[in-house]
Amino acid sequence: MALSIEQKTVDAIRQHGARDYPNECCGMLLGQADGDQKRVLEAVPLRNLRTVPAEAQKLLPLESPGRESERNRFLIDPREQIRVEKEARARGVDVVGYYHSHPDHPARPSNYDREHAWPWYSYVILSVTQGQPADLTGWVLTENRERFDPEPVEIL
Amino acid sequence: MPVTVLIPTPLRQYTGKKESVVVEAKNVAEALQQLTSEYPDLRRHLFTDDGKLRNFVNVYLGDEDIRFLQKDQTPLNDKDVLSIVPSIAGGADLYCICK
Ligand SMILES: [Zn+2]
Repeated sequence: MALSIEQKTVDAIRQHGARDYPNECCGMLLGQADGDQKRVLEAVPLRNLRTVPAEAQKLLPLESPGRESERNRFLIDPREQIRVEKEARARGVDVVGYYHSHPDHPARPSNYDREHAWPWYSYVILSVTQGQPADLTGWVLTENRERFDPEPVEIL
Repeated sequence: MPVTVLIPTPLRQYTGKKESVVVEAKNVAEALQQLTSEYPDLRRHLFTDDGKLRNFVNVYLGDEDIRFLQKDQTPLNDKDVLSIVPSIAGGADLYCICK
């Protein structure tokens, strides 16, 4: 498993993470998959629906809203997701994964990430420290849902 | 009655690469039961260990989220199309042991 991505796309993700700090940012990775090898052609920034708690709570309620917020949680609006995916399909590109940021946290998947993850998709995590984009890592959920395997990110 | 279930990309590895599966069902719960009995490897990604639909699985009947219809008791009609839409959510650890 490996994910290849152009430097300019990585830069776009990094800028998104800095722009939305101290909130988590999120977006869709569009591209092509060939067996275990995925190639990202485009990163589409999407709104973190946790910034609209009333909407987000109707879809995927947080267990302890006092400690969980848009600063440490993200949720993509499924209607926006469906629309962007449909438009991408029409152009012949697929959703190969998603990215999100961890403001002032390491670029490692949390248990919450794992519980909500899907197999096959690539999960790119960007750490943003004091507003500055830092490490960027890639991950894939294991078949048994027990953990993430690191996925090498090859920057073209 | 026959209804079509659209399978999202990350789950197609469990349906023999099929993008859609036709099942016989009167409501959403039955449709998902049928689907997972035909393709048991799908189960752990759609249902919790105690058999409840995972809360991050979005199911749409046409353009409507079944959460805002009658949830898994939403009745189905002949030739209805159900879409399984992966909810994309996550976030950092609540307590960080950073650096
Ligand atoms: Zn995360």
